[in-house]
Amino acid sequence: MYLVQGIWVTIKMGLIGWIIALSLGVLIGTMRISPWRWLRFLGGAYVELFRNIPFLVQLFFWYYAGPMLFGKSLQYQINSIIGLNYYVAIIALGMYTASRVAEHTRAGFSSISRDHYNAALSTGLNHPQMYRYVIIPYALRIIIPPLTTEFLTIFKNSSIAMTIGVLETTFMSYKIDSETFHGLESTTGACLIYLALGLAVVKLMGILESRLKIRGTIGR
Amino acid sequence: MFDAVVNNFPFLMGGFWVTVKLAFFALAGGIPLGILVGLGRISHNKWVYYPVTFYVNLIRNIPLILVIFWFYFVMPIIIGSPLDPFPSAVISFIIFEATYFGEIIRAGYQSVSKGQIEAGYSTGLNYIQTTRYILIPIALRRMLPSMITQAIVTYQDTCLAFVIGLPELIRRATIVDNLEVRSVQLYGFVAVVFFITCYIGSLMSRRFEVKEQEGG
Repeated sequence: MYLVQGIWVTIKMGLIGWIIALSLGVLIGTMRISPWRWLRFLGGAYVELFRNIPFLVQLFFWYYAGPMLFGKSLQYQINSIIGLNYYVAIIALGMYTASRVAEHTRAGFSSISRDHYNAALSTGLNHPQMYRYVIIPYALRIIIPPLTTEFLTIFKNSSIAMTIGVLETTFMSYKIDSETFHGLESTTGACLIYLALGLAVVKLMGILESRLKIRGTIGR
Repeated sequence: MFDAVVNNFPFLMGGFWVTVKLAFFALAGGIPLGILVGLGRISHNKWVYYPVTFYVNLIRNIPLILVIFWFYFVMPIIIGSPLDPFPSAVISFIIFEATYFGEIIRAGYQSVSKGQIEAGYSTGLNYIQTTRYILIPIALRRMLPSMITQAIVTYQDTCLAFVIGLPELIRRATIVDNLEVRSVQLYGFVAVVFFITCYIGSLMSRRFEVKEQEGG
C-alpha cells in the first residue's frame, strides 16, 4: 500500500518536473544559439552551473539554504509551508533537467544544416516564418530520441528527492524496511515499479516518434 | 562570513577525500567491467548477448539510489554479515556504471564503418593487426569524450552514497549543518567544490572533442 502511494508521487513529480524542464530547457537552448552575445553567455552559464553540480547537492542547497537567502522574516514563512520539500524537489528537478534539455535543444538546432536555412529564406519566407515553419518543426523532431532519455532520467532522478523526505517510491521502500525489516522485498518491488514506468515512457515516446516522423529520413 | 566552512575545513576535506576514493574505485572497477559488457553487447553468441543485454537494460532503468539500497540489503544475505557502507557502495557503483561504460564502448565500436575494416583487410593486415591499428585507435578516439563525461557523472553520483550513511562530503556537510545551522555557506561550499572539479573535467572532455575534429 505504501508503495502504491509512492508511485503516484513519483509520477506527479516526474510529469510536473518535466513540464518545467521542457519549457525552461527549450528557452535556454534557444538562448544559446541567439545572435546576442550576453544572452548566449547567460544560457551557457546556466547550463554549466546546473550540469556540473550533482543533483543531490542542488536539492540540499535549495531546500536547506534556499529559504535563508530571503532574509529572516520571510524565511520562517517559507519554512512553514506544508509540503515544502515536495515543491522544492519538483522545482529543483525541473531546473536540473532543464539544463540537459537545453543542451539537446542546442544540438538539435545546430544539427540542421545551413542549407535548410538558406533554402527557407530563398523561397521567400522571412526570418520568423523560417523558424516557425521550417526550423522549429524540424529541430523538435530531431531531439525526440534524446528527450525520451531525459524523460526516463527525470523519473529516475526523482528518487533522489527521498533524501529531503519526499514520500515517493524509493522513500516508501525504505520506510517498509525500517518498519518490517523486509528491505530486500520492498526494494525489489520498487525496482519493478521503475522498470514498468520506464517501459511505459519508452512505448509512449515511440508512438509519438512514429507519428511525427519526417518522411524521407531514415526511420528508427 | 565563512566561519562554519573554515572551522570545519579538515573535516569537510576528509569527506572530499572519501568522495574521491569512492569515485576512483568505482571507475577502476566500472571501466574494465564496462569493456566486458560492451564486448558482450556486440557478441554474436546469443548465450552471451541476451544475458548481457538483459543486465544492461535492467540496470539502466533503475535509479542508482535504488541499486545502492538493494545491494546494501542483499549483501548481508549473500555473505551472512552486514557489509560496511564503503565496500557496499563501491560494488553497487561498479555494477551500475559498468552498464553505462558498456554502452559507450558498444557505440564507439559500431561507429567504425565496415568500409574502414575492409580497407584494413585489403591492405593485407590480418585480424589482430586490423583490430590493433585500425579499429581500436578510431573507436577509442570517438569514445574518449563520452568516457570522460561518464567519469564526471560517476564522480557526481558518488554523493548518492549519502543514503547508506557513508561519511563523504555532503554527509559531513549535513553533520556540520545540524550543529551550526549555516546551510548557505556549507552547501554553497559543497556546490563550489563539485563545480570546480567537474568543470575542469568537462573542459578536458571538450579539448579531446576539438582535437578529434581537427584530426579529421
